[in-house]
Amino acid sequence: MSYPTNVKIIKLPCSGRAEIIHLMKAFEEGADGVFVAGCLEGDCHYQTGNLRAKKRVAYVREMLDQVGVGGERIVMYNLSAGQGPRFAEIAREMTEKVRQLGPSPIRVAKQKAAQSVSKEAA
Amino acid sequence: MIIAKPKPIEEIAASIENRNKVLVAGCDGCVTVCEAGGMKEVQIVASALRMFFKQQGKDKTIDELSLTRQCDRPYIEELQERINDYDAVVSLACGAGVQFLAEMYRGKVILPGVNTCFIGVTEQRGEWTERCQACGDCMLGSTGGICPIARCSKRMANGPCGGSSNGKCEINKEIDCGWQLIYERLKELGELDRFERPTDAKNWSTSRDGGPRKVIKEVSQA
Repeated sequence: MSYPTNVKIIKLPCSGRAEIIHLMKAFEEGADGVFVAGCLEGDCHYQTGNLRAKKRVAYVREMLDQVGVGGERIVMYNLSAGQGPRFAEIAREMTEKVRQLGPSPIRVAKQKAAQSVSKEAA
Repeated sequence: MIIAKPKPIEEIAASIENRNKVLVAGCDGCVTVCEAGGMKEVQIVASALRMFFKQQGKDKTIDELSLTRQCDRPYIEELQERINDYDAVVSLACGAGVQFLAEMYRGKVILPGVNTCFIGVTEQRGEWTERCQACGDCMLGSTGGICPIARCSKRMANGPCGGSSNGKCEINKEIDCGWQLIYERLKELGELDRFERPTDAKNWSTSRDGGPRKVIKEVSQA
């Protein structure tokens, strides 16, 4: 199973563990996109973890639109632990989507700021 | 508890546009319970504001903190040492907390980060409803524990009015008629005779009609 190397995996016991602030932080640190891979709806070991994650993703999406980063950079997917190939497919799909959107404006701003600092130093 | 809801990020961002160092200050009281202004919301609002300004190329310092309560001096005094590091404070407390901060730190700009809504209860996670309007002269004892001031859209002391239909209020079919609720409850309690005497004219001087209010309990005073 191969998927794009640019995808960094954060392992959680359940997608319901991903809080709003965790998702926000990823973008604040410069992530171009985030996808939350939860179990199939109705199949959550903790009953409603993936449904909570879905709501939080929707909330963060709205927040990203408000701050100008763009809500389309966060997506929730549902798949089972046995669907490795599907995971790889999603990773490719998401990577392609983010590539089309271009780099996150936060990352661009951070790079610009770093460049101006290094110019000053030089 | 006091129920509030977060202001839109754009509104908060516009209010601090010209400030470089900003503290987002939460309150661990009511607004934490109604998920509008506790530490979790402080982190989210601060993160959103940092992203908002970062991508505009504006380098602002936006820090985070939450106080035990913003409606008690000993807790807001905890800001004494830090507050001068900031140009402005965005308070996620209710309106009382925002004002108390502004009173204590007179030279500092204190901005509201939430809209304070009402005194209410948690119906279920993520849903809060109004129960009390703090009229200052509680009549729940004669209305089956259901407040006609908070639950009747017209605040009628003797109801229901002609707009009550199938137990719902005429302003919105999703809103229960407060007086229908009172009737049903008194019926259950076997106290329907309550309706045989009208409620005395309500003394509104204990409510907002008497101007800003104050409560004094001498025995507790220093």
